[in-house]
Amino acid sequence: MRSDTETPRAAARITRVALQALIDALIARGYAVIGPTVRDGAIVYDQLSTTAELPAGWTDEQAPGRYRLQRRDDDALFGFAVGPHSWKRYLHPPMETLWTARSSADGFDFSAAPSPTEKYAFLGVRACELQAIAIQDRVFQHDRFRDTAYAARRDNALIVAVHCAQPASTCFCSSMQSGPKARGAFDLALTELLDAERHDFLVEVGSPAGAELLDSLAAAEATRADLDAADAVIAQAERRMGRTIDSSVFRERLRDRAEHPRWTEVADRCLSCGNCTMVCPTCFCTTVEDHTDLSGAQAERVRKWDSCFTMEFSYIHGGSVRQSTGARYRQWMTHKLSSWVDQFGSSGCVGCGRCIAWCPVGIDIAAEATAICADTPPTPGATP
Amino acid sequence: MTPRPRLAVWKFASCDGCQLSLLDCEDELLSLADAIEIANFPEASSAISAGPYDLSLVEGSITTAHDAERIREVRRQSKFLVTIGACATAGGIQALRNFADINDFVAAVYASPQYIQTLATSTPISAHVAVDFELRGCPINKLQLLEVITAYLAGRKPAIAAHSVCIECKQRGTVCVAVQGTPCLGPVTHAGCGAICPAYRRGCYGCYGPMETPNTAALAALLKSQGASERELLHAFRSFNAGAEAFAAQSRKHEPAAGGESP
Ligand code: SF4
Ligand code: SF4
Ligand code: SF4
Ligand code: SF4
Repeated sequence: MRSDTETPRAAARITRVALQALIDALIARGYAVIGPTVRDGAIVYDQLSTTAELPAGWTDEQAPGRYRLQRRDDDALFGFAVGPHSWKRYLHPPMETLWTARSSADGFDFSAAPSPTEKYAFLGVRACELQAIAIQDRVFQHDRFRDTAYAARRDNALIVAVHCAQPASTCFCSSMQSGPKARGAFDLALTELLDAERHDFLVEVGSPAGAELLDSLAAAEATRADLDAADAVIAQAERRMGRTIDSSVFRERLRDRAEHPRWTEVADRCLSCGNCTMVCPTCFCTTVEDHTDLSGAQAERVRKWDSCFTMEFSYIHGGSVRQSTGARYRQWMTHKLSSWVDQFGSSGCVGCGRCIAWCPVGIDIAAEATAICADTPPTPGATP
Repeated sequence: MTPRPRLAVWKFASCDGCQLSLLDCEDELLSLADAIEIANFPEASSAISAGPYDLSLVEGSITTAHDAERIREVRRQSKFLVTIGACATAGGIQALRNFADINDFVAAVYASPQYIQTLATSTPISAHVAVDFELRGCPINKLQLLEVITAYLAGRKPAIAAHSVCIECKQRGTVCVAVQGTPCLGPVTHAGCGAICPAYRRGCYGCYGPMETPNTAALAALLKSQGASERELLHAFRSFNAGAEAFAAQSRKHEPAAGGESP
């Protein structure tokens, strides 16, 4: 069993070359290894089989509404911040069949979708992403409401975390207490140790499965110097964090400032395109669609990612509850930063910055929340 | 066996591309013919049986006085009327005439303009008769057409989303081209194509017309910050769906007379 609280016991060191042995060991154990790779001008997640597919020597330049790949002046494999994809794509896929039905003599025969059999090993999971996975675990595996397909994929998954070395200008994980040091439930955690003399990885073990994997690799025991070097990597990441915000006031003030004029102001800029919710690693909302075939003999229900920015999302008899863009933006931000705490016991934001970089018009949740929650209360304004 | 519902397909001012989507449903064509009687589809068969029809698919916009009459008759003959494509739903590319003087076009194109009888505007079907469902796209997506027909047969609402192309783009896992500097109309465009263009690293051209809540002004500001000229902005909003209200209104803001630079 993995443990959230224990500090990893063993630490070892492997070379960059041995990282291939880790991938091989995962594949040999039946895992599909999913990790970062360069595609379409970005660092995305995809299935990998060799370290040659990792983004060696690449990094990213991110800003509100902007993402560009950049060359590094070294060969770091994990020298970048989170990109357009998150592990949500795999654990909570964008489209999933829930059931199918066939018409029969006395009505319908229903069959549940087969339980997922995918066995994923995620390579390069960042601290904020571990936290995001933990948040989705609470959403989907909450005792009474267990999403069995999610639970099956999650139980089968193995996590190789990588402590962050290079936050983007959009990152604020330290303000959300989720990074840059990976603290959640990982099987193994790597720190990339790269300088003129060497290219190694410090490996921490977080579970028996991780320990078993490490045993199969040519690992050396970590020295004091290795541990210090790894700490230094995380410390410098902390210092280079893109932004720092005071998130402690969000819960109360967002709840109390539903009439803040800023909501309408954001709505002038917001496209209500839904990109922010799609890229957010914790947003979980879905819609269901029913499909029938031409003969009417077969039906299926599919579930698709949805967003609180669509009109259909809040549609009840007579129309959509949230008519204005301001009301929809308010729903998104207030859910993430305030009502999520009431619902699931933590903030719904891990500070990954994806919604900032991947918003086409660069609306910045950290800046907006900070403005709405400023110490001086707002002057009364228009209600969205 | 209960009689099958009767289908008719009608053409007004259009290129035939949307009707062809129906013929393009090769794998489903036989089951389609089992489920519905194709009673009137001149593009596919010269055997035409008289109305009334249960389901009419209407392609094309209204550009002549004769067609304005004919669509009324089609409506009278149809229990359920679905417009297919940008022409029938928004007036099509031919709605560019709505922003100019039709006589100038006619004089420029035809050697003997006196024989041409046409209206000054190209208008969608809904400007003339009541429409039960509008399927968007230039051309429409055949899978969406099948969805509309199967939903009609099952008596349920078609699963056709009216949100942005971006949501499909993200479901597909495409890396956003807008954020990488390529102009894209996806955020204001109605979903339905499956976000094809961004998957090939191009911006969306807006084939499906405005989405449910299009903030065209905010998108125009973004395109401008990415380097688009007033003329390019005018053209971006004035193409296959030029006649759709949200796009028409935004394009007018980029006309030279409205302060946009001259073409
Ligand atoms: S905040 Fe940005 S990404 Fe989110 S809906 Fe508005 S424009 Fe789209
Ligand atoms: S709200 Fe934005 S910054 Fe926070 S977790 Fe979601 S995508 Fe990341
Ligand atoms: S912010 Fe919106 S899309 Fe995201 S989880 Fe909350 S309601 Fe759902
Ligand atoms: S590429 Fe275009 S359609 Fe896709 S998410 Fe970006 S803006 Fe939207």
